[in-house]
Amino acid sequence: MPMSANAKARTAAEAGGSRRGPLGTRILALTLLVIGSVGFVYPFLWMIATALRTPEGVAHGGASLWPIQWQWSNFVDGLDSFPFWTYLRNSLLSTLVPVVAVVFSSSLVGFAFARIRARGSGLLFAIVLSTLLLPQEVTIVPQFILFKNLDMIDTLWPIIVPTFFGSAFFIFLYRQFYLRLPEALTDAALIDGASWFRIWFSIYLPLSRPIIIATAVLQFMSYWNNFFQAAIYLTTDRWKTLPLALAGFQSVNGTDTPLLMATALVITMPCVLLFFIAQRHIIGGISFTGSK
Amino acid sequence: MSDIVQSLEGFLERLHIYAGLRPILSLVIMLAAVFAVAFAALWGAVRARWITRNTAAFWIFVSPWIVGFLLFTGGPMVYSLILSFTDWNLIDPAEFVGIANYAEAFSDPDLGQSIKVTLVYAVVSVPLQTVLSLAVALLMNIKVRGIHVFRTIWYLPSLVTGVAQAVLFIWVFNPSYGLVNGLLRLFGIEGPKWLFDADWALPTVVIMSLWTVGGNMIIYLAGLQDIAKELYEAAEIDGAGRWRSLWNITLPQVSPVIFFNVVTGLIYAMQTFTQGYVVTHNGGGPSDSLLFYVLYLYNNAFSFFRMGYASALAWIFFVMIMVLTALVFRGSAFWVYYESQRPKERKRRAHVG
Repeated sequence: MPMSANAKARTAAEAGGSRRGPLGTRILALTLLVIGSVGFVYPFLWMIATALRTPEGVAHGGASLWPIQWQWSNFVDGLDSFPFWTYLRNSLLSTLVPVVAVVFSSSLVGFAFARIRARGSGLLFAIVLSTLLLPQEVTIVPQFILFKNLDMIDTLWPIIVPTFFGSAFFIFLYRQFYLRLPEALTDAALIDGASWFRIWFSIYLPLSRPIIIATAVLQFMSYWNNFFQAAIYLTTDRWKTLPLALAGFQSVNGTDTPLLMATALVITMPCVLLFFIAQRHIIGGISFTGSK
Repeated sequence: MSDIVQSLEGFLERLHIYAGLRPILSLVIMLAAVFAVAFAALWGAVRARWITRNTAAFWIFVSPWIVGFLLFTGGPMVYSLILSFTDWNLIDPAEFVGIANYAEAFSDPDLGQSIKVTLVYAVVSVPLQTVLSLAVALLMNIKVRGIHVFRTIWYLPSLVTGVAQAVLFIWVFNPSYGLVNGLLRLFGIEGPKWLFDADWALPTVVIMSLWTVGGNMIIYLAGLQDIAKELYEAAEIDGAGRWRSLWNITLPQVSPVIFFNVVTGLIYAMQTFTQGYVVTHNGGGPSDSLLFYVLYLYNNAFSFFRMGYASALAWIFFVMIMVLTALVFRGSAFWVYYESQRPKERKRRAHVG
């Protein structure tokens, strides 16, 4: 379960004792962590400071974190320089629809792999896993031609449609999650004559809350920042998304750094907020992907 | 296929369906037909007692993935293999040219450059990321109050990804006004031109990639906390020091996690696109020093409209990644440790990898 990392951390902490190490080592570790944290968070803070400067301020600001000018209007001006609300709507559409689609489709397929015994299941699952190693760039040319034939170029459909068919990575995640639930859940329901669809929808799906949140958040973050597909399929302002606006920003505004940083901040904000809201599930989800 | 789509869209037009919805409804109609045929076949098979109800249910449940795979992965791969033997600009009819695309790739200096850039980046950045994230995870695996605050801080940069990260770092490394050269100037050092210098551009992108090691660090931290404490206690009784424990217990125990991260990290690094694209507006950096493979593929397909050549590039890329992954798998026998007492676990991990 995605919570396991936290649970384990807690049991490890309760056990206490032998892993503490000598005081000197701990102080050294803590010092290194503090220095590293400053280095890691500095560019982020500098980004915020730069977003609040005037163009002249940028020339004199150097490495300082103090904005000096507090030019709040940068945020408004930055967003005014392109059709922000249209782009925001497109970004939301091309992120939220896939989130809902992937959550349900991957759960359905993952459930079948975990619980329904059938010939060919193992082989098919191996194929699902092998597609994880396949970079999407390999199939991008035929996909582009496919969507061109479907008359879907310069719409959000090429980004949205594939997510309705499940994603190999999340199918894997759901399967592992369902394998850990007691098998008795299905046996009892089968004896009562429930259909597989009923079992999935009324028993397993409601139990999937932690994995649904992890999936939704990870999917949101990857599609919110989706640039490769957007750059290929979206060509006009009508359907462009926020990452494309940011990439095209410099050509529009010359080199107005504060405006650029303000816009970049606004675009990053949903991910940061989401992280703080669902931190536990994100950390759990990420740990889950690597260690199991 | 476009004929079917056009006739379907014509049909929807007669029904006065809003133009924006016609493409998706055409697709839905086609998919519904495919699913109807497949489900009817399954139903017939169950009636004839060829397969059990459970088997039929399984195939119905996984049918979305199978259709998606055929439509967006399997089918396109076969199609791109065929395309790679043609010359096609999307407008004129495709022309069969045999292995000409592959022959051209063999002697294309730009392709050579892009392979060099991509491989150097992957081979340098992935080990650096691995060492840094593992080292930080080890530091963070101590029990001090408020340690989770550090975890959050180190993870935070991973949220600034893609274009936002690229534009931020273009300014962090700006030769005149950037953060890095500003700091160096405090010590009286005049820094290099970073992304604007052909020699420094790729190292700068490697440094950028180190900023987002937080995700890997969390995976390692979970792996470290999975290690049974009895192992350390036994080692301590036997008189093993901290370094000895690290080398003989910790590293072997997390080696499967390292392996997983190296494989996924390599594939991910090979796919680098945004950095090269954003830095110089799809030009590939100063003297093509950031001409990543995928960027070159993108330019051939969507700037030069050479679909045949781009498909050949895609297949070469596919083979390259397979070879690289196979090498890592082959090498893993020497350093990845799976606990032999847990054969089931081992089997599952081998499966996953």
